[in-house]
Amino acid sequence: MSDRMNALALAARLRMNFEAAGARVVEPPYLQPAETLLDLYGEDIRARAYVTTDALRGEQMLRPDFTVPVVQMHMSHGAEPARYTYAGEVFRRQEHDEDRANEYLQVGYEVFDRKDPASADAEVFALIALQLRDMPVRAATGDIGILMAAVQGLNTTDLRKAALMRHIWRPRRFRALLDRFAGRAPLADSRRKLLSTEGVLTGQVPAIGKRRPAEIDARVDALRADAAEPPIAEHEILALEALMAVRETIPYASEQLRDIAVDLPSINPALDRLDARTAAMKARGIDIETLDFEASYGRTSMEYYDGFVFGFYADARPDLPVIASGGRYDALTRQLGQGAEIPAVGGVLRPDLMLRLEGAEQ
Amino acid sequence: MTLKLGVPSKGRLMEKTFEWFAKRGITLSRTGSDREYAGAVEGVDGVDLVLLSAGEVPRELAAGRIHLGVTGTDLVQEKLPLWEQQVEEVAPLGFGHADLILAVPQLWVDVDTLDDLDAVAAAFRRKHGHRLRIATKYHRLVREYLMDAGVADYQLVDSQGATEGTVKNETAEMVADITSTGETLRANHLKLLSDGPVLRSQATLWRSRTAKCSADEKKVLGALLDRLHNG
Repeated sequence: MSDRMNALALAARLRMNFEAAGARVVEPPYLQPAETLLDLYGEDIRARAYVTTDALRGEQMLRPDFTVPVVQMHMSHGAEPARYTYAGEVFRRQEHDEDRANEYLQVGYEVFDRKDPASADAEVFALIALQLRDMPVRAATGDIGILMAAVQGLNTTDLRKAALMRHIWRPRRFRALLDRFAGRAPLADSRRKLLSTEGVLTGQVPAIGKRRPAEIDARVDALRADAAEPPIAEHEILALEALMAVRETIPYASEQLRDIAVDLPSINPALDRLDARTAAMKARGIDIETLDFEASYGRTSMEYYDGFVFGFYADARPDLPVIASGGRYDALTRQLGQGAEIPAVGGVLRPDLMLRLEGAEQ
Repeated sequence: MTLKLGVPSKGRLMEKTFEWFAKRGITLSRTGSDREYAGAVEGVDGVDLVLLSAGEVPRELAAGRIHLGVTGTDLVQEKLPLWEQQVEEVAPLGFGHADLILAVPQLWVDVDTLDDLDAVAAAFRRKHGHRLRIATKYHRLVREYLMDAGVADYQLVDSQGATEGTVKNETAEMVADITSTGETLRANHLKLLSDGPVLRSQATLWRSRTAKCSADEKKVLGALLDRLHNG
């Protein structure tokens, strides 16, 4: 059989296993309205997804993943609680590395359940780990929710917190903002000059464009007000940095994070959720003593995860991308739900990579 | 078989290219009528002149249909994602200087850096219900530049000409365009961001890394490159 037929056969088996675990099979369409994906990911998605058009429907994208269409389907007419599984191709435009696949199979499992998030997290992780049993893979886990709780709890203005929250998934810009709010980064010359002025600054040049003078005046006022605010306290910044650097097995990570919570007490509820999840994973037979936890894991993937995150890697094959990955995306259901929301968690496997790993083993 | 040299088929870019080669003892000329894109090469044997639009030169180089070609750095980097693997820079030609820049209305007294732009994009989206629009024809270069800088909540809208006018017409909030002097920007009440240009471009002679070369052609190429470097 060809590689592709083997991958399709494996995908069918994996999906059947998820079905046996209680999931309903869904088949989202290949073409997705581009607008939804653009709204979620911004312009960056154009570098990752194939865009096509027709005169009636406008821009369409070849699905870059299943999560968004599955969430949309569930939010429009799903019953609760729900478990879904799917298998099929996703398409990723490649502009830098010809060796990376631009079309590959994904098999996924998604849980929409309000009752017990910790247990749902553990269920998804354990089912995926089960599908990968006996394969030479290592799991990495993280929890974006802890960092988000830390930012929300900082003793600073809501504007600064909102700016940091917006860039949780862009670590470099997050860093730059943090340095600025901590008073570590020097002000740009233009900003210093702007802050030395008083009164209304628009009115000197023609008012062109859709961004009106009132919006500009309002931002100048906001910048002046922000300049009068004290920097974020040193002990909070240090604790936040320590948090982002935590990289340990789960038991030690949990201990370190509780120490950090002395300076950032706002993370305690998120840490309680981490402990509840760890207990649920243990109850499902996961060896949590050796399971890795990285507090910054999942921040660079341009995804929508806002809680538990995980990935399975083939350490002996650094040339292979992540074999399986997933996480919790409560906020995504809120964004796509038009007023409705539901806690949700899911993950995907890549059968093509699993076969390559198996082939290398024999 | 002959070595194929692609150069822009009209305008100042063609004239300047002809001058640059002439200074090195190689005469390029258009033959036949003004409308016919045929050319001749004197001063070196075994080279064919191919007249092309500057925008097509990158594609022809990457496909290996021409061995050498003259076009701007901007066009090569916009059109060829793996340009370093597909072409090699032989020589910058010292003309056709232009920067790909980001420009916002002069009215935006609160915006000078990419930091400002990012913050304003977020506020703009909240207020107007759509992302801040940047008019450009250099989609890939601008997107990669902004992605690298971590700017979010913008969208690129295609503009193949009169880009500076889009702000006044309210079909875009700002522009990313090629400028040599900045006069058009000022005339349209726009100003540059201070972080520097997205890309500095000039007319450049490129060698295709993919074009097949027979032994004879290699000899011709070697002799030609020697002439150009020593000229």
